[in-house]
Amino acid sequence: MENSIKQKGYMAITGALTGLANGFFGGGGGMIVVPLMIYLLKIKTKTAHATALAVILPITLISALVYFLSGKFDFKVGVPSLVGVVLGGIIGAWLLGKLSADWLTKIFSLVMLVAGVKALVL
Amino acid sequence: MIWKIILLAVCGVFAGVLGGMGMGGGALLIPALTVFFGVDQIGAQAVNLVAFIPMAILSLIIHLKNKRVQTKGLLWIILPALFCSLAGSFFALSISGSLLKRLFGAFLVLLALFQLFSKKIESFFTNKKVKKHTEKI
Repeated sequence: MENSIKQKGYMAITGALTGLANGFFGGGGGMIVVPLMIYLLKIKTKTAHATALAVILPITLISALVYFLSGKFDFKVGVPSLVGVVLGGIIGAWLLGKLSADWLTKIFSLVMLVAGVKALVL
Repeated sequence: MIWKIILLAVCGVFAGVLGGMGMGGGALLIPALTVFFGVDQIGAQAVNLVAFIPMAILSLIIHLKNKRVQTKGLLWIILPALFCSLAGSFFALSISGSLLKRLFGAFLVLLALFQLFSKKIESFFTNKKVKKHTEKI
């Protein structure tokens, strides 16, 4: 990574956009920071995915704390979901590279599109 | 009640699988919680944030061990990100649930379109670079 003033400015913009979206929408930071790292900061794809976590983890911790302290975390919903997400995460990491991510991304994008339009309009 | 717990866990598993494959499980978990379980938008976002933490810690440890994380200059990203995530969180807590839900919907649509056309966007950027390069020559 070039250590110029311009690069530092790009890094700060990347961080600011990622933080704002992740805090406001309660997630999605990874989907913003990874493309920004690749296209704006010119970091290699594999490094970008790993480095993205080092950015998203601290900002998710602080956002989660704000939401939690405001009493927005419902344990009855949250605990079963959390257990599921951890289990699924392990399965997903194991499946990575074994499944064709291409068609999965397409199906997932369409589901997101439908869910997004529904939330937007209804 | 027990069925609700099981179904919630199943939803979590699907979201976790996508998250583990690096596709952003929150884009699935948040709408699933609001549509199927009647959780309000801000509550679903809170669950998604908390649920992300254990997996992220495990993955980050693995990536750090494999030396895949570029730590040099990283604070230039993390510090503005921390400040803005605080601002974003308080902003989300201060507006109405229905507005937040609509904005989240717009965010999902944008992300979905970006994902669907990411290859085209990528080739647009690379072609542009190639053109610039040849112009220089």
